[in-house]
Amino acid sequence: MTATESPERTATTGSPRPSRRGDRAFEGVVRTSALTILVALLAVFVFLAIEGWVGLTSDAATYAPFTSFASYIGPLIVSTLLASAIALVVAVPFSIAVALFISHYAPRRLASALGYVIDLLAAVPSVVFGLWGGRYLAGYLQPAHVWLHDHVGFIPIFGDPSPNGRSLFTAGIVLSIMIMPIMTAISREVFLQTPRLHEEAALALGATRWEMIRYAVFPYARSGMVSGVMLGLGRALGETMAVAMVLATTPTTTLNVIGTASPPTIAANIALNYKEATPERQSLLIATGLVLFVVTFVVNFAARWVAGRSERRLNR
Amino acid sequence: MNSSSLRRVAFPAVAVLTAGLMLSACGDKNSGGSGDSGGGTLNGGGSTAQAVAEQTWRADYQKANGGTINYEEVGSGTGVENFISKAYSFAGSDAFLTPDQVNQAKAACGGDPIEVPAYVSPLAVAFNLSGVKSLNLDGETIAKIFNGSITKWNDPAIVAQNPSAKLPSTAISTVHRSDDSGTTFNFTDYLSQAGNGAWSDAASVTWPASIKGGQGLDGTSGVVGGLNDTDGAIGYADDSAIQSTSLGVVSVKVGSDYNPPTPDGAAKVLALSPLETGRTANDMAIKVDRTSTEKGTYPLLLVSYVMACPTYSDSSVADLVKGYLTYVVSSQGQQAAAAAAHSAPLDPKLSDKATAIISKISSGS
Repeated sequence: MTATESPERTATTGSPRPSRRGDRAFEGVVRTSALTILVALLAVFVFLAIEGWVGLTSDAATYAPFTSFASYIGPLIVSTLLASAIALVVAVPFSIAVALFISHYAPRRLASALGYVIDLLAAVPSVVFGLWGGRYLAGYLQPAHVWLHDHVGFIPIFGDPSPNGRSLFTAGIVLSIMIMPIMTAISREVFLQTPRLHEEAALALGATRWEMIRYAVFPYARSGMVSGVMLGLGRALGETMAVAMVLATTPTTTLNVIGTASPPTIAANIALNYKEATPERQSLLIATGLVLFVVTFVVNFAARWVAGRSERRLNR
Repeated sequence: MNSSSLRRVAFPAVAVLTAGLMLSACGDKNSGGSGDSGGGTLNGGGSTAQAVAEQTWRADYQKANGGTINYEEVGSGTGVENFISKAYSFAGSDAFLTPDQVNQAKAACGGDPIEVPAYVSPLAVAFNLSGVKSLNLDGETIAKIFNGSITKWNDPAIVAQNPSAKLPSTAISTVHRSDDSGTTFNFTDYLSQAGNGAWSDAASVTWPASIKGGQGLDGTSGVVGGLNDTDGAIGYADDSAIQSTSLGVVSVKVGSDYNPPTPDGAAKVLALSPLETGRTANDMAIKVDRTSTEKGTYPLLLVSYVMACPTYSDSSVADLVKGYLTYVVSSQGQQAAAAAAHSAPLDPKLSDKATAIISKISSGS
């Protein structure tokens, strides 16, 4: 956000202070921090690659109930992407609406209270969401499964409904609740950063409040919103316990998100099976972790590219 | 910028903290349970099915004889691996050693590894059907329910065996374990032996992929929770986990009778089963015969073993292993486990045989 460079900051950099040494030390510290993160990421990747490498090419028995790595990981990837997609479809509009309400519609006192409660939601551990989702929410969402099947059943992802709601659909809803706080918090902050002058100019030109948001707030906040969605997506792709506890699993690949059972997501599958795994199976599970790592990167890059492209088109 | 001094402190502090945490996390990797240290400490671990029984045995044995016995509930596979790598002096596993593992263990121990059954527990097939508390089913019907070819509770095959039960037309939803589990291994072993050909897959710790439908849920508590939540559900779990619920329990056909799960019935099946062939004298791996027609037997059971070396270089470790495992398989130890974990005490003949094998443990070279 180079446009908002404060006059104060330019003033300080303009006049060299005597404490040059402290400045340099500080630069060293921030640089080290940045590098540390890269090293950590690299270390994770190296660990996954070394430990998981044998898991890619073990003998067929290791891949039970399948026979090859591709057939083992395929259903898991499909489930991971489906669950994250459901979570995003539900959470993105919802959290942007909540963020807008807090930043532009709600009375100040209500806004800060609501913001606080939503931040609190981020502090709820995923096991708790898992328990709540599996034992409680699933039962209440079960009629929704039947409704979806009856009314939009012609779409293949809405096949025969689950008898108890412990489907990928419910898992996706739970995920959406889990990723909402972070997306709301980031969107809210960038919405609040919109220059007051832009907003007032839009209103002065006769825009309604919605038009003002559409033409002044959204273009300004776009990159921040994309960042929020990326963080949410990352969490949804990697979320483990909640999915493991909510979703009823089956090894059989299915696109039916409201069905009786789906293959687990990659992360949930690791959590479910690591404990009783033989060393070969452990390598296999670590290899699936490597795949998740790669999938997350690919999805993130793809999403950023799409978002960046639309932004470039907008600026033209 | 009055907060600059704070920042000057805070940023390096955070950076240092982060680096420190990373270093210590790396260091932790090597601080796991380290081998057979002396001083009357015994390290073992493995099967989670044995967890409650092991707690009881350890508490009882330590109270009577002193010493410290550790049992880590790391899962059967890891337990065996750690036993072979000599990180554990003994291990518990829901499956007996494969021939490969026997060879590895032999190399690690410097002698034929000792393997005896220690924990036997009946598994229950439980269901949630309002108004029905027990059902009679034969192995073939159970296999057909779980492979998805019987889909309604009022299917003729079920009605024929339960003429007096009021069976609704509710759809059957089957529940199985989503995690790899010894319970699944023993259940699928039963289906493939007693299913009369209706179950085409071999026994496996992983639920087979060829089965369409059915819900996988996490752990015994997940399965029991799923059964409680779902009308028309049927699943399998350790009998002790079912007893505290209001779920209905299947009586399994044995010969011409239908027997509900009982510890005695399970122990009896094990006593009647032959030993696995091609094993050494130290090895009591049992090929559970789940097709027995003997009166009063219950063929759906889980057998969990303990493994140890015949010799240990450290005499205090040898004495502890010997003493502890002797207690574990003794009728006293078996009764204690039965009281705490609802397991089935070993038949006296098996218990004596196991004791004889364990008595060979010695300290040597």
